[in-house]
Amino acid sequence: MVRIGVGTVVGLILLALPFWVSSTWQNLLITVFYYAFLGQAWNILGGYAGQLSLGHAAFFAIGAYTSAVLAVHYAVSPWLGMFVGAVLAALLSLGIGYLGFRFGLRGFYFILLTLAAAEICRLVALHVPILGGYTGLFINFTPNPWQFQFKGKIPYYFIALGFLVFASAVVWLLERSKLGTYLVAIREDEDASEALGVDTFRYKMMAYALSAALTALGGTFYAYFQYYLQPNTVLNLNHSVDIMIRPIVGGMGTILGPILGSLLLELLGEFSRTYFAGATAGLSVVIYGVLLIIVVLFLPRGVYPTLVHRFRRLMRGRPT
Amino acid sequence: MTLYVQAVVNGLLVGGVYSLMALGLTLIFGVMRVINFAHGDMMVWGMYLSYWLFVTAGVDPYVSILVTGSVVFLLGAAVQKGLVSRILDAPHEMQILLMLGVALVLENTALMVFGPDPRRVSTSYALSTFWWGPIVFDLPRVATFGVALALALGLYVFLKRTDLGRMIRAASDNRIGALLVGTDILKVFTLAFGIGAACVGAAGSLMTPFLPFSPSTGLFFTITSFNIVIIGGMGSFLGAFVGGLLVGISESLGAVVLVPSLKEIVTFILLILILLFRPQGLLGGSR
Repeated sequence: MVRIGVGTVVGLILLALPFWVSSTWQNLLITVFYYAFLGQAWNILGGYAGQLSLGHAAFFAIGAYTSAVLAVHYAVSPWLGMFVGAVLAALLSLGIGYLGFRFGLRGFYFILLTLAAAEICRLVALHVPILGGYTGLFINFTPNPWQFQFKGKIPYYFIALGFLVFASAVVWLLERSKLGTYLVAIREDEDASEALGVDTFRYKMMAYALSAALTALGGTFYAYFQYYLQPNTVLNLNHSVDIMIRPIVGGMGTILGPILGSLLLELLGEFSRTYFAGATAGLSVVIYGVLLIIVVLFLPRGVYPTLVHRFRRLMRGRPT
Repeated sequence: MTLYVQAVVNGLLVGGVYSLMALGLTLIFGVMRVINFAHGDMMVWGMYLSYWLFVTAGVDPYVSILVTGSVVFLLGAAVQKGLVSRILDAPHEMQILLMLGVALVLENTALMVFGPDPRRVSTSYALSTFWWGPIVFDLPRVATFGVALALALGLYVFLKRTDLGRMIRAASDNRIGALLVGTDILKVFTLAFGIGAACVGAAGSLMTPFLPFSPSTGLFFTITSFNIVIIGGMGSFLGAFVGGLLVGISESLGAVVLVPSLKEIVTFILLILILLFRPQGLLGGSR
């Protein structure tokens, strides 16, 4: 009952919020939802299956470029194009996963495989003329909802929120499914789960494809929120880091982790930008880096698991 | 044909300094099992120090490696003592995050101090060349190759012959075993991280005579170092050395066979092949 009550209140606040806050805060909230969505997608592979990927920017870029190119050159609505992008991203992830998982790559080796695959995609994308190369790809603004283009921020707010709710629902269902149980088993002890008859290859592939497809949907959102794509910004290592950093800070393998992580990092980022952006170029990022280091040193298990731990101790009446 | 031989020669010459850079990474990984995501950014600080010494005091980059090596040694030792030592037992992802934080701080402090414009150390001999048959040799690249090779050899002798070097190797082979026989493991860690950083700092200085750089240069070299170390074998000294030369050559050949902006793709394809068929690396032992 309490949960339903809290859920309803939070839901109503979220629905009313964009009409009350300034456009700066609308932007901030959109970014929070959007990165929480990407984090949730990454979380399926990284948090639940325990396979860290440092190459999710590749799937993101496939989603962004597929829907943009289909819309610009073939007049296909991004609402359809984004699903084409999701399928292509899933296919790429199956390719990478096939290579990596078949040969038993784990830990750092898998991380570096995903990084290398994304870097290859970036270098190729820079040399494909239809994607705009170094100049980048511009999308004309025609405020037409069918073209995923809207006036003002409020429609984007609700789309981003909808994406996040959708991905969180997927993860919620995953947690309660057999697949989710298998994934956690693989994360905790891959050899043991294999010995017990879990088809680890198959389930890791499923997690990877699901994660990649969702990430590609986020790419489409980005394309029509920014109206400009360039491989060195959407497809570089920093962007893969942006995607993975939030669920890790918030708490991997939990539904609320990516959301809390996204909120926290966005507030930290906004704080350092607001107070230090005017000073010297770079200072705001230095502050952000320092804050990140502090978070890692003091909350090494992630924000959400630490909060839960503290809360339970408090409930038991022990001093923390 | 001359074109390809020329490309191999150029690649080999750059590869020497790649080797030195990768030796630093493999030393840090071998001893602490931590991947230094700030590797390239430590290198950029070495580059800027050399630049600053050259511009203000006219110190030649081949001399200033003594200063840059020492300063970046202290930087690495401080990062280890202050930060990395606290999370040695934390999960991989937290170690990666910490080092990414360090990388952000290093890159952007360089941006604050030196600005975003590319810098170049314009020595009097920057454009000197000599010919050997039909092949051109670039004097700064030859000098860099020689110094990098000498430093790598020095590191090898240090690790093999001195007590400190033996302690580092012991900690890398078997941390618990080294602890049991009374090795001061935290001191070894600080030393190893410092030396690893000094390698990449010196490598940075050595590249300044022929490579323009900016604060964002670091990321490319971080990734290149990863590639080399995986190709050669993580934690393997010889592997990093051979891997560095190999990556230098493959980039240089890639620039000739494909277009220059695609040169790294050869390295990445090499990396993926290695990951698939010999994940322990060319010269690595068992995983």
